[in-house]
Amino acid sequence: MFEIILSILVLLGGFFTLVGSIGLFKLPDFYMRLHGPTKASTLGVGAVLLASAIHFSFKTNEISLHEILVTLFLFITAPVSAHLMAKAALHIKVKQEKRTINKSD
Amino acid sequence: MLRKYIPHPMLTIALWIIWLLLNNSLSAGQMILGAVLAVFIPWFTSGFWEEKITVYRPWSFVKFLLTVLYQIVVANIHVAKLILSSSDKLQPGFIEVPIELTSPLAVSILANTISLTPGTVTCDLSDDKTHLLIHALHIEDAQTTIDEIKQLFEKPLQEIFH
Repeated sequence: MFEIILSILVLLGGFFTLVGSIGLFKLPDFYMRLHGPTKASTLGVGAVLLASAIHFSFKTNEISLHEILVTLFLFITAPVSAHLMAKAALHIKVKQEKRTINKSD
Repeated sequence: MLRKYIPHPMLTIALWIIWLLLNNSLSAGQMILGAVLAVFIPWFTSGFWEEKITVYRPWSFVKFLLTVLYQIVVANIHVAKLILSSSDKLQPGFIEVPIELTSPLAVSILANTISLTPGTVTCDLSDDKTHLLIHALHIEDAQTTIDEIKQLFEKPLQEIFH
């Protein structure tokens, strides 16, 4: 029973990370590609880390909460790096997909 | 008096918890060592932290964190569908979101939250700090997206940090 929950969590994590990578590969322009990895790092890594925390907490009978820290640091750094890349791309005017809507002005 | 020795209570608590998590232990020694570090680090670095951080409603903050987690899960599933379907149908675009927050910390938390929720990435803050420029992967209706951000994230932050 326990293994089933863990497997589902690991599979879910793997699935969302895969989708993030597919997005990185197939989306047409830089700004859209930026969405792929930020997504993978939230739910994808989150699910894997949750599985890890549960597994080690029950296997060793010692509560393992390292994973919360990993998630915390990831949630702090991922948006900042995405923001900086987007800002840099805007600054050097990276080519956009033609159908992109610009500011609604 | 207390303020003088513990200039940033929130930072002290956060550092102490992070120290205990890093060591993955609750032994007395680690708790004392962590507490000493948590008091001295904010003390030595207080010159860099001019602004006082005050959380007015801690419970609203917890509620806000839960909303964000829920939104991350919902939006992740939505974006996964978008990525797996044909990318020709996607309508990407930049949206300007007017913000009413004034505290720099609240603005940065809002910007980070927008980036964390799949489908939107914060690109820029306007020079006069009244608009956030965000890039959305797929826009059905710009106004709905703006309203959602304001309702879900900005309103609670406004209450928490004023």
